[in-house]
Amino acid sequence: MIDSLAVALTVLALVAAAWSVLLAILDKPLTLETGATLGLAGAVALLELGLLAQAVIGVVRLIGLDREIHGPTFVGYLVAPVVVLPLAGFWSIAERSRWGASVLAVGCLSVPVLVLRLQQVWSGHA
Amino acid sequence: MPDALAEATRSGPGRLLIAVYGIFALAAAARSAVQIATRFDQAPVAYLLSALAAVVYVLATVTLAVGSRASRRVAFLSCAVELVGVVVVGAVSLLVPAWFPDATVWSGFGSGYGFIPLVLPVLGLLWLRRTAP
Repeated sequence: MIDSLAVALTVLALVAAAWSVLLAILDKPLTLETGATLGLAGAVALLELGLLAQAVIGVVRLIGLDREIHGPTFVGYLVAPVVVLPLAGFWSIAERSRWGASVLAVGCLSVPVLVLRLQQVWSGHA
Repeated sequence: MPDALAEATRSGPGRLLIAVYGIFALAAAARSAVQIATRFDQAPVAYLLSALAAVVYVLATVTLAVGSRASRRVAFLSCAVELVGVVVVGAVSLLVPAWFPDATVWSGFGSGYGFIPLVLPVLGLLWLRRTAP
């Protein structure tokens, strides 16, 4: 679809995932009181905004598309990361141990996978 | 103390386990909904198995998150069904590929999903045993 946005979302998700893994290794709970956890929360919020933008742009471009792709699957891959990331976020900050950050890492890592599948569906390899 | 049991079930590694289960529940449910709604006649067996897998993942996610005595029993059953499912479907999909014209979550022992479907029920059962009262 939009390659530059997909690349940006992938890089941002991988950075946030690496950040989460680092916090988990250092045994830092996601308190949202230290600079490191607030920065991560900011990165995840930015990622969510980018995913929302991708979903809106994706649906608009799907409506104006003049070739056949699998519409329901495409919309599914547009919506899935928008839903998964906040769920992972809330599920992670409810945990006051290193496992909270590991939940967020998994949530962030699901984004590049979903973006990649989205690109495949868009180019016709459903 | 049912609350302490629930807390133990969903804290620490359990929280990560439930998160991964949740992602699989969502992925399997969405995938099987699309398959059944748009092309059920192409591979009914594979798509019904996808739907079964989705139900089991949703059940495991919810019952682990609830973490009461009764729900942990359902979680145990869900993990057991998953383990049997992934092993049986994995073996059959390799031995008789013609039965599976389209892949399910459990085909090839979950190879399409990084073998996580094979590892997840084992971790779930171990976690339930570890946190057993």
